[in-house]
Amino acid sequence: MMKKLLISAALTLGLTSGAMAAGGGEQAITDYEFSFEGPFGTFDRDQLQRGLQVYTEVCSACHGLQYLYFRNLADEGGPAYTGDQARAYAETIQIYDPEIDDYRAATPADKFPENTGAGAPDLTLMAKARAGFHGPAGLGINQIVYGMGGAEYIASLLTHYNGHDEESNGNFLYGNDTFAGGLISMAPPLSDDIVEYADGTPATVEQMAKDVSAFLMWTAEPKMMARKQVGFVGVAFLVLLSVLLYLTNKRLWAPVKGKKLRGDA
Amino acid sequence: MSGLPHDAYEPKTGIEKWVDSRLPIVGLLYVTLTAPTPKNLNWMWIWGIVLTFCLALQIVTGIILVMHYTPHVDLAFASIEHIMRDVNGGHMIRYAHMNGASLFFVAVYAHIFRGLYYGSYKAPREITWVIGMLIYLLMMGTAFMGYVLPWGQMSFHGTAVITGLFGAVPGVGEALQTWLLGAGAVGQPALNRFFSLHYLLPFVIAGLVIVHIWAFHHTGNNNPTGVEVRKKNLEEVKKDTLPFWPYFVIKDLFALAVILTVFWAVVGFMPNYLGHPDNYIPANALATPAHIVPEWYFLPFYAILRAFTAEVWAVQLVEILTGGIVDAKFFGVLAMFGAIVAMALAPWLDTSSVRSGRYRPMFRMWFAVLVVDFFVLMWVGARPTDFPYDWISLIAATYWFAYFFVILPLLGVIEKPEAQPETIEADFNAHYPGADKSAN
Repeated sequence: MMKKLLISAALTLGLTSGAMAAGGGEQAITDYEFSFEGPFGTFDRDQLQRGLQVYTEVCSACHGLQYLYFRNLADEGGPAYTGDQARAYAETIQIYDPEIDDYRAATPADKFPENTGAGAPDLTLMAKARAGFHGPAGLGINQIVYGMGGAEYIASLLTHYNGHDEESNGNFLYGNDTFAGGLISMAPPLSDDIVEYADGTPATVEQMAKDVSAFLMWTAEPKMMARKQVGFVGVAFLVLLSVLLYLTNKRLWAPVKGKKLRGDA
Repeated sequence: MSGLPHDAYEPKTGIEKWVDSRLPIVGLLYVTLTAPTPKNLNWMWIWGIVLTFCLALQIVTGIILVMHYTPHVDLAFASIEHIMRDVNGGHMIRYAHMNGASLFFVAVYAHIFRGLYYGSYKAPREITWVIGMLIYLLMMGTAFMGYVLPWGQMSFHGTAVITGLFGAVPGVGEALQTWLLGAGAVGQPALNRFFSLHYLLPFVIAGLVIVHIWAFHHTGNNNPTGVEVRKKNLEEVKKDTLPFWPYFVIKDLFALAVILTVFWAVVGFMPNYLGHPDNYIPANALATPAHIVPEWYFLPFYAILRAFTAEVWAVQLVEILTGGIVDAKFFGVLAMFGAIVAMALAPWLDTSSVRSGRYRPMFRMWFAVLVVDFFVLMWVGARPTDFPYDWISLIAATYWFAYFFVILPLLGVIEKPEAQPETIEADFNAHYPGADKSAN
């Protein structure tokens, strides 16, 4: 879909700055296009791998992924690294092991480390814990048309820093049109070429924001592709069952209703 | 079991005779499955089987989920993620259970409004109706406690709000809330007991469902005309009815398959649509969500709870009259439960001698407004409480009570009903002109 601003941040800020502080639904969300949208959408493996790179080199400085195992990196329907690649990645990360009361290199059977500092929230489920789209008027229609918009929310948050920063009580807060209230304590984490993609994709802020959002959608919903598959097969089966039961019912009731069906003598 | 004359069960094979002389279970199944059922039932009579399916679905998926769930404040949230990520098929089972609750409530609301329109609550079916209302109440309790178990932000703060309702009871409120939670605040004792009850209540519901079916098999089903089956003898009964198997089993299964198609599309393609994102954030007592919103199926009654604020003159009047015992908060709680009690009292509030809304021209209009009112309440229950939503919810909540306590009693007196068909057979034959000739 086209990139379009659902709600103009500048407009709402100007008109309802009071409501913004109350955390209303006036946040600026860009409807970024993702490959996993819609009933048949799938994760883009290359994008997930780029997203992991952004997570590793940028986000993981403060955030954790406490529900994700390193072995998941080799899962089908995800970044789909080989088992050896997942193991090699795990070994680059030191985790605390309470059994030896010391740090050691991670293995595929370990989880990603928890939140590592700065009070940053865990990101495993972030793409399901935020809604990008609301309403209109509480009717829930936008969520049917556009989806829940968790990935769009994350990508928008990363690209909607506006420079209207403030300092209050010794805390420095950064102006952000997507974050509820308009001020976020996370400094703009991305800048152009902060990572160098192995596949040569130009690392613009927007590209990285989309890649890491797609990656976080996968960490939140690692079984999404399997789920859609089961959904499709189930729906197809139930449509067939419905047709057969409709015909059975029609045949069964025809004599009672005094109707003649084709093929009746 | 059935109050209508019906074909008797004759055990034929040796094994049937052996069992039947010791336990008449085959005969019970035979009588239940062949129950004479009015042949003019329309598509609003399919919800019973959908509800039965939902109960079975929730129990089966629930039992599997319990095998992997941990009811502990530090482990519950992570155990849900364990189910979603590491249990084979766990993500589908959990999403089916989550959305199964929604399907359950879609079906129960359709079922209840069917009963309200066709006068299914009227004599001699009052007990069926009241048991149905008890089942509905238990469903709400069970669903609420189930929503607590993932121990997300909405679970936690929703529990605080809902148990807080009991805290509004004058005098004993605080003690009552503490007793319910097993502690002064939402925590481990609350999670443990809600888990226990969430597992228990579905089986209580199953027991009541059997009584519900027993009761209406004794009176016979209501039907769209509200005219009773002629039951002087078996021949008359057979003119108005058809056996449940196969006619209604197949019809109901067809409807169930269509409904499950939609259900499975939701589970497969948008499983979190009816949920709230905040419940994917682990419970945190120190961070209250900006908006605490109950699940959609509670919203109509949640709206009634919030509608009667201290600014409403009737609320102020009641507070003065009761010497401050019934304050605005307690008034809201009474209104919420009263809205459900009003439905349960419908058999005694409806004074009309005509059962089905089909032959009640004025009733039809007021009933249509009630249906709209229900959806307005559902919508406004998730909106903020400022203008104009405060007025919308107040008007909508007032109409709910007016319908049951004023309109239903009055209509029976002032309304002139239209002519009803003499018999179910006449109604059916008028609808299917070919049916008359080919009857048996």
